[in-house]
Amino acid sequence: MKQIKGINDFVVKFANVNGTGSASANHLFAKAIFRMGIPVSPRNIFPSNIQGLPTWYEVRVSKKGYLGRRGGVDMMVCVNPQSMEKDIASVEPGGYFLYDSTKPLANHLKRDDITIIGIPLTEMCMKEFPVPRLQQLLKNVVYVGALAALLDIDFRVLKDLLNDQFKGKEKLISSNVHALEMGYQYAKENYACPLPIRLESGGNVAPHILETPHILMNGNTAAALGAIYGGATVAAWYPITPSTSVVDAFAKYAERMRIDAGTGKKNFAIVQAEDELAAMGMVIGASWNGARSFTATSGPGVSLMSEFLGLAYFAEIPAVLINVQRSGPSTGMPTRSQQSDVLACAYASHGDTKQVLLFPATPQECFEMTVQAFDLSERLQTPVIMMSDLDLGMNDWMSPPLEWDDSYEMDRGKVLDAEGLDSVEKWGRYLDVDGDGICYRTLPGTHPEKGAFFTRGSSKNEMAVYSESGEDYVQNVDRLLRKFETAKSYVPKPKTHPPIKVKKPKTDLRLGALFFGTSASPAYEAVEMLAPEGYPIDTMRIRAFPFHQDVDQFIHDHDMVFVIEQNRDGQMRQLIMNECEIAPDRLTSVLNYSGTPITARTIAQQIRQALKTKSAEIVPLKRETA
Amino acid sequence: MSYIKPKFRHPRLPTNKLGFTVADYDGAISTLCAGCGHDSISAAIRNACFQSAIPPHRIAKVSGIGCSSKMPTYFLGKSHGFNSVHGRMPSVATGASLANRDLTYIGVSGDGDTASIGMGQFIHLIRRNVNMTYIVANNGCYGLTKGQDSATADLGSVAKGGAVNPFDGIDLAALALLQGASFVARSFSGDKGQLEPLIRAAMAHKGFAFIDVVSPCVTFNNHVGSTKSYAETREHLDAMPLDFVPMREEITTQYAEGTTQAVTLHDGSAIHLKKADATYKANDRRAAMDVVQQAHADGRILTGLLYLDPDSQDLNQNLNLATRPLNELGKDELCPGSKVLKSINEGLR
Repeated sequence: MKQIKGINDFVVKFANVNGTGSASANHLFAKAIFRMGIPVSPRNIFPSNIQGLPTWYEVRVSKKGYLGRRGGVDMMVCVNPQSMEKDIASVEPGGYFLYDSTKPLANHLKRDDITIIGIPLTEMCMKEFPVPRLQQLLKNVVYVGALAALLDIDFRVLKDLLNDQFKGKEKLISSNVHALEMGYQYAKENYACPLPIRLESGGNVAPHILETPHILMNGNTAAALGAIYGGATVAAWYPITPSTSVVDAFAKYAERMRIDAGTGKKNFAIVQAEDELAAMGMVIGASWNGARSFTATSGPGVSLMSEFLGLAYFAEIPAVLINVQRSGPSTGMPTRSQQSDVLACAYASHGDTKQVLLFPATPQECFEMTVQAFDLSERLQTPVIMMSDLDLGMNDWMSPPLEWDDSYEMDRGKVLDAEGLDSVEKWGRYLDVDGDGICYRTLPGTHPEKGAFFTRGSSKNEMAVYSESGEDYVQNVDRLLRKFETAKSYVPKPKTHPPIKVKKPKTDLRLGALFFGTSASPAYEAVEMLAPEGYPIDTMRIRAFPFHQDVDQFIHDHDMVFVIEQNRDGQMRQLIMNECEIAPDRLTSVLNYSGTPITARTIAQQIRQALKTKSAEIVPLKRETA
Repeated sequence: MSYIKPKFRHPRLPTNKLGFTVADYDGAISTLCAGCGHDSISAAIRNACFQSAIPPHRIAKVSGIGCSSKMPTYFLGKSHGFNSVHGRMPSVATGASLANRDLTYIGVSGDGDTASIGMGQFIHLIRRNVNMTYIVANNGCYGLTKGQDSATADLGSVAKGGAVNPFDGIDLAALALLQGASFVARSFSGDKGQLEPLIRAAMAHKGFAFIDVVSPCVTFNNHVGSTKSYAETREHLDAMPLDFVPMREEITTQYAEGTTQAVTLHDGSAIHLKKADATYKANDRRAAMDVVQQAHADGRILTGLLYLDPDSQDLNQNLNLATRPLNELGKDELCPGSKVLKSINEGLR
């Protein structure tokens, strides 16, 4: 048997039972690799359940710094008999299978093309620890100890992490360290350590990783920090996976950073609403009244909030919504990731509506774009939806440190205060004075005589007076469209990378790939996989809707454009077709909607397939010769 | 309805202590049907704000959807208003109150807007004790869609087309009492002598003040057989008259010994209940529930101040919010800066 080999470049997957304490042990494993300075991307693949169902944790180690999923499993650590049959079958030939050998591996499960490593986890813990709960919890720590030996994890790093985690609880530290050592010893004594797949600290990684001291954080925490730094004072929300931890983290940081030193009172308000409708209503009420306010939700919440999103669009009230997408429709798969709310959010609510969307791809962008969302929302006087997803929001991502420019000033947009009202000759809430579609608003309580108006979801004229006149209506909705045009110059631009050079290209077609959010990381990796095969692909990462004109240009500059996304219907492709008036045959979908994040291998494979079957039909676009 | 609102005002209109005349509290001309009870409520709100001398621009009006929710256009033209979506005014009001605790919030809703589509938000508004006055113009029917029964229509009430309502009506005041509202009152749009002081007291109250106002629909629910017609309401009215005395103001009205009861609000203002039953205590929630149930059993419409909690703590207090309105806080109070972020980064390594 040819064993899989590799230094700092493999995928380990843990198969556990939900609620048995495996999450913290698995996190310890990933964090140790991170502390060794090796790029790592852990992913929780968990059930909608508190206890008992199978749960997985996939850890990708990549010296090149690829943070998306690669596809395939090199080593499976299986401590869940429920899922063992599928788990062992999913290991790549030449890979490794570590299991709890207290109960011997059934004959029908055995494979001779992989290395099987048995460690009697339960038996060891039963002997060593008296309390049943400890036996269960520490079983997980024992396998981490074994992995330390098998994969060459720095044992001191593990100990340091345990010390940090259980600071002040000496007993817990000693029992955990003991469990680590038990696993370590057992592996050392019974198996050839380290395995051909292993870790190596001290520089065997891509140079850009070494340049900055990275952090490990999830997108939801980063978004919460963005809300703190962006000056949000009102958060209204309804608990829903996978967005719950946004407001949890906001509460945690606000309790630390937003208490008035003199009075002990809070410079923030958090309300757990009765449902998502109310959550969005509160955000709109607070924003109407001049406070920066936000909510966080996921698909089902977006459906409920659509009514209010329409109001905020039409009445022109700022609102920030952090949408951490999950698998739909309806309840879908609540704990699985997708990018399937693109259309529902872009056109949220009945009537002619268009909403501003932001697409973060990293925790750093979750932070920056949340701040930006407040600025944009107040500048444009309209809702801004930040389209994160479960993979980005709930998983830990290695990221350059968050940065803050202390000269930042909030952009509160066109708001007239009392002086401002006195200085203008004529004021009307919906008068487009500047011609950019954005009008001047006033806040309640500003001026004794001027600036009062009625905010409403019904049609009105420029002076904010109720109107059923068709002319007033058309003028108003046309101005809203003009405002949406203006938005293009404010939202984040798409990102491109210098084209990859290919020595002997196998095609004359100019290939391009469009993607956004968590599809980006594996998309870049797939592009790098395909280049040596003779397929140079230019890339563009979309970061906002409305689309920047560069998106149109990118499509016009390429003969075949792949749109990589994580939903069934190619929603981004549809949105581009619709908004940029692109013919359907110009855009080829590359999709994954299984609920687990898209892999680089899937993307590469689908592109290969499309090149094989479709490229012959494509006539290269005529273009001017340079 | 008429189309032009006369601009003429008597040159010597009385002024309140801020120097405003009642005309300063006017709104646009009503587009509701002539004789609609809601217009009387609008007038009562206008008068109450004038009498209590609240600067008009420091009031924010919020409403949902329906005939009732159109009302805020017809009073307080110098105040900001927000005509939100059907049944969702409570959440908008909650957010607004969190953003600026210094304004006076007046919510106007209807029986459809509150008792049907907005029931969930209404209950939670009570539960949170948001500092606002919430008036339901209750006519037992849907006016804008031409007279369908609403959820507050009484059992046995006959609709204009002759159909008899087979369901028990929802009593919003009883519900508010049960859910723990800190101020509960009922009134009748035709009784401005009672409604105006009630609105003034509601605005002075710290917390959620609810007034259910029977307000007949002249077009669709004012016929024989309707339990919410003017005639039927007047006939069954059991009104507790009252006066409102703002804080630090001398009591000028003379009451005969033993005929009044004073209820003091947190700010020192007082409500004087005239014709008070000696056993009735406005701060006894269970007693209030009893009298409401008894009146219901007797086929009477009991109006007046039903319950008041003088120790009410509103949402802003319960959340321990800064005394300065949140919408006035700036970068210095809100943004922790780069140094703090550096230490956060350190913690994530």
